[in-house]
Amino acid sequence: MHFPILTYMVFTPLVGMLAVMVLRKGADNAARYTSLFFSLIPLLLSFILLAEFDGSTAKMQFVEYISWIPSLGIHYYLGADGISVPMLFLTALLSFVSIIASFGIKIRVKEYFAFFLLLEFSMMGVFAALDLFLFYVFWEIMLVPMYFLIGIWGGPRKEYAAIKFFLYTLLGSVLMLVGIIAVYFYTEPHTLDIMELIHRSSSYGHTFQLIIFAAFFFGFAVKVPVWPFHTWLPDAHVEAPTAVSVILAGVLLKMGIYGMLRVSYPMFPKAAIYYAIPIALLGMIAIIYGAFVSMAQKDLKKLVAYSSVSHMGYCMLGLAALTTASFSGVMFQMFSHGVLTGAMFLLVGVIYDRAHTREIAAFGGIGAKVPIYAGVFTLFGMGSLGLPGMSGFVSEFLTFVGSYNSPYIQRWIVIVSILGVVLTAGYILRMIQKVFLGPFNTRWENLTEINGREIFTVVPLGILTILIGVYPKVLSYFISASINNVIKIITG
Amino acid sequence: MIEHSYIIALLPLVSYVLIVFFFSKRDKVASGIAITAVLISFVLSVFALFETLADKGPHIIRFEWIVIPGFSLPLSIYFDPLTSVMLLVVTIVSSCVHIYSLGYMHGDPRFPRFFSFLSLFTFSMLGLVLSGSFVGTYIFWELVGLTSYLLIGFWFEKSSASNAGKKAFITTKTGDLGFLLGLLVMYFFAHTLDYQTFYSLVENNQISAGVLTAIGILLFMGAVGKSAQFPLHVWLPDAMEGPTPVSALIHAATMVAAGVYLTARIMSIIVVSHTAAMTIAYIGAFTAFMAASIALVQNDIKRVLAYSTISQLGYMMLALGVGGYVSGTFHLMTHAFFKALLFLGAGSVIHAVHTNDINEMGGLQKKMPITAITFYIASLSISGIFPLSGFWSKDEIFGAVMREGHYFLLIVAVLVAGMTSFYMFRLCFLTFTGKPRDQHKYDHSHESPKNMTYPLMVLAFLSIFAGWVGIPWLHKGYSSFVFFEHPHHESPVIWLMIISTIVALSGIYLAYLMYYKRSIDPVKVGERFKPIYTFLLNKWYFDELYMGTVIKFVYWFMEVLYRFDVGIIDWFVNFVGRFGLFNSRLWQTFDVYIIDGAVNGAGYLTRWISGGLRKIQTGQVQNYAFVIFLGVVLLILFRVM
Amino acid sequence: MPTVDHYLVLSGLLFCIGAFGLLTRRNAIGVLMSIELMFNSANINFISFSKFLTPQALTGQAFAVFVITIAAAEAAVGLAIVVLMYRNFDVVDVDYIDFMRW
Repeated sequence: MHFPILTYMVFTPLVGMLAVMVLRKGADNAARYTSLFFSLIPLLLSFILLAEFDGSTAKMQFVEYISWIPSLGIHYYLGADGISVPMLFLTALLSFVSIIASFGIKIRVKEYFAFFLLLEFSMMGVFAALDLFLFYVFWEIMLVPMYFLIGIWGGPRKEYAAIKFFLYTLLGSVLMLVGIIAVYFYTEPHTLDIMELIHRSSSYGHTFQLIIFAAFFFGFAVKVPVWPFHTWLPDAHVEAPTAVSVILAGVLLKMGIYGMLRVSYPMFPKAAIYYAIPIALLGMIAIIYGAFVSMAQKDLKKLVAYSSVSHMGYCMLGLAALTTASFSGVMFQMFSHGVLTGAMFLLVGVIYDRAHTREIAAFGGIGAKVPIYAGVFTLFGMGSLGLPGMSGFVSEFLTFVGSYNSPYIQRWIVIVSILGVVLTAGYILRMIQKVFLGPFNTRWENLTEINGREIFTVVPLGILTILIGVYPKVLSYFISASINNVIKIITG
Repeated sequence: MIEHSYIIALLPLVSYVLIVFFFSKRDKVASGIAITAVLISFVLSVFALFETLADKGPHIIRFEWIVIPGFSLPLSIYFDPLTSVMLLVVTIVSSCVHIYSLGYMHGDPRFPRFFSFLSLFTFSMLGLVLSGSFVGTYIFWELVGLTSYLLIGFWFEKSSASNAGKKAFITTKTGDLGFLLGLLVMYFFAHTLDYQTFYSLVENNQISAGVLTAIGILLFMGAVGKSAQFPLHVWLPDAMEGPTPVSALIHAATMVAAGVYLTARIMSIIVVSHTAAMTIAYIGAFTAFMAASIALVQNDIKRVLAYSTISQLGYMMLALGVGGYVSGTFHLMTHAFFKALLFLGAGSVIHAVHTNDINEMGGLQKKMPITAITFYIASLSISGIFPLSGFWSKDEIFGAVMREGHYFLLIVAVLVAGMTSFYMFRLCFLTFTGKPRDQHKYDHSHESPKNMTYPLMVLAFLSIFAGWVGIPWLHKGYSSFVFFEHPHHESPVIWLMIISTIVALSGIYLAYLMYYKRSIDPVKVGERFKPIYTFLLNKWYFDELYMGTVIKFVYWFMEVLYRFDVGIIDWFVNFVGRFGLFNSRLWQTFDVYIIDGAVNGAGYLTRWISGGLRKIQTGQVQNYAFVIFLGVVLLILFRVM
Repeated sequence: MPTVDHYLVLSGLLFCIGAFGLLTRRNAIGVLMSIELMFNSANINFISFSKFLTPQALTGQAFAVFVITIAAAEAAVGLAIVVLMYRNFDVVDVDYIDFMRW
């Protein structure tokens, strides 16, 4: 038996949560550093994971397979392939970064970090689980800490946002549960092993695929969020504390796409082809619509939130296209959006901590006062509008090329989607202009520059996005075999 | 050198990184690094030029970039004579501008940042020139756009500057949509984005002409945005909000010429597709005319030059559109030198009098002779006066248009040449001659420092002599070095040269009469042609048109969509939530009154009955005994009966 | 010669007197005495049935002896209750003693 690295990665945060919980009441700093320590371990382990990973094969690696509930055929089955490894790394990194960014939390510190570690535990679990039951359990656990993190440490309308998020996602996952149960009883002998279910996908009937795919799709679509299921996102983002927004945008949204890539697409290939055009249309609408709505926002965080809707539209377009290039584009976009939008939220948090407002119109010309902050913000803004040399460009380009060359969707959908590129430039530049450029608003005479800790949180993200943008092979090495395998399963 | 030509581009990048991370507070070190880097790049470009003179290539170096099973997208370097000429142009102008900026930007609080941006721009521009695949071109294309944005908005405290930067970025990005789409179409049909592979496919007729037309026009859309051609030219005049060295480098000599460069790189499409070729030629000709007409009446020295740039770029597009590969790229080169010189000269003037308005200048040639002389040289060159650079390149264009038989375009081109010489000398006379119209500004003006005048002299030298490499009688000249497919020596058309010179001279003469001798009163002319004058002064109302249509629509649409989002989609989500709540209230009512009522009712009933029944519990033993007896008696009675 | 019927009538009358006394007397002592009457009517029944139906067996007599013994014990307990009642409430009236009422 090899070293069970995935189990360690998943359960270390849980141990950390227990450790934080047993701390003396009021030991805020101890809670901070304990949780930092326990989120550092998965990050270090994820480096080992990246180093040990063999990118030339699509096989599951680091597999752990232990019988858990034998009477129901449920296993404790963990494993990682090219789709999950980048996500595990992203989760570990963003969690670590977010915990550093959360040091400013002042109320109920111990609980906050306990919930945060629980959140990390569940996210890791989702990306590592290969048994549908286990997957579902992690998926649902995730809701609990998220609910409390928004509901306790959030903004003025936190209760509303938290409940909306919770119920909406729960609604989605209930449909997913229906799908899981249906699949379970459809197969003989009953199993919930994802790999096994994919292996048997050819035996599923056409109608069955169409219905169950839709059930799974809805479950994942709420999380992505696919237009028109996106309205929980701006509310949740606006109310959530900075670090939670980072996780929400950086990791949680990716869980939806990951679910589609891992479960619904390879498991129901016929449905994937059947639904290609509607899904591509949803993606197209999300791209254009999200960009337009972003442009209309007056709140910085809401703008970034709607930009996520737009960016996730690229993922849907790429998924619908069902080509290797477009799926790679999806993977790049997941990673890139996680990094870029995570950084954007961190930066919005930085200014909010100082100015106590996020209203775009309240600022103006502060680029003169806080040049470093303005520079960093512009860097990530450029990344998110898809500037070449940063990861966003690679993902958009791959998605477009892949989709345009796809036999499954119509080309005009791609052509309309390209408009999103200009619109994105429009809202990002408007935001940068209104916040940083123009005459200096003297109200911010005492604004202080971004500090060392805050810089430290965004530096790794900046390095990653530029590294991937300049040399995409660092990411494509991990994903290409697995993506190719998924495409082969779907298109035969 | 060619196999390591990426070093030429990377040096300025290194300089950028060094300045940003280590010397962002140290003026001298930052500028020193930037200038050193660009000068080394220049020297290396010269070496590279000599190598291409010996072996024209094209030399191709490929790098793996995106590799996915079934899809690979390498980057490459494509090094042919045009590349080496472009490298030289970019590094020369960039070096001059770097040095000039030492003086022009002196004392600016963000001096190191300015040099870092210049370095970043130089890197991107050199990358664009070196790139051997369309995707690589696109990457650097966007990067030069970014640096252009950053530099236009360098003095971002001015709202006009930050607006101009945004406008430039978004307008060019609109053109880039076409570029991007063109890449997608190209990849779809050719399965490559590499210059050489694509060229060979086109040469072997493996791609149909219709597809090539589509690709050509789409890629040209990118060029339209970048090279400020109609209808996306509106950003360039506004871009003059940037520091003047930036206008010289980016918005006159190099970046805006990138569109022309790209168009030259798709020459093989233009040759095949008549539709694409004519689209390019007519848009070029129209742009040349339109911009020149606007330049006739503008009063901002930099804006006149900006419209002049647009007009000249239109010339180049026209030349390329009619198949004049040599003449288009040749004019690109000469234009880079004299237009950079004009901008730097204008910058020198602005530096001295602190205004852009030519109505506040006048008589400056006494105060700043070097600037004035170099400015005259550049003006003569752009007007196409024998034997300056501009004469040769402009004549090449006329020749190319005429040889292809596009006489209408030829007339437009010659007309524009006349307009060019008129507005250029209008500018010269108003700025440097006559009486000072603002005595205060005049008194405070002075010749610029040496680090500004030396670059002017270098560029003036090039404005005179750079065109000599293309003298048509020269058999080893430009056309035998940079050519498409095979070199062809066209015999020079003497009568065309004479006509163009006459037209140019008459333009100058008219300007002389109106603005030097004042024998024709320009104000009266303006009054006479009031509608046309207003129309031109308002730049054909393009800004208003776009503001009123596209921009307004976008703003309106975004509000509509946002309202839709909040009002319909979110409302529906909340409605479902509220409906759930309402339902639960309903069920709560049922629960409280019916179900719970039944349970409680049973309890109440029991209590009520027992309340009555318990009264028989008297506590009197004798009562109980009596009941027992009564019971016994009743039992007996039942038994008996 | 009296027959069993005479004894039964006597016993019945005696029982009725006792029962009547039990239900009507308000004095606790009277109630106890009425109970004694009813015991004794039962004893007469036992003995007369024993005498006339199974003259050899002395079953009825044995029962009567037990009844007398138990009646004595019972009277002792009853009188003790009455004495306590008197001490606590100064009455021996059963009407007053209705603490087990609803």
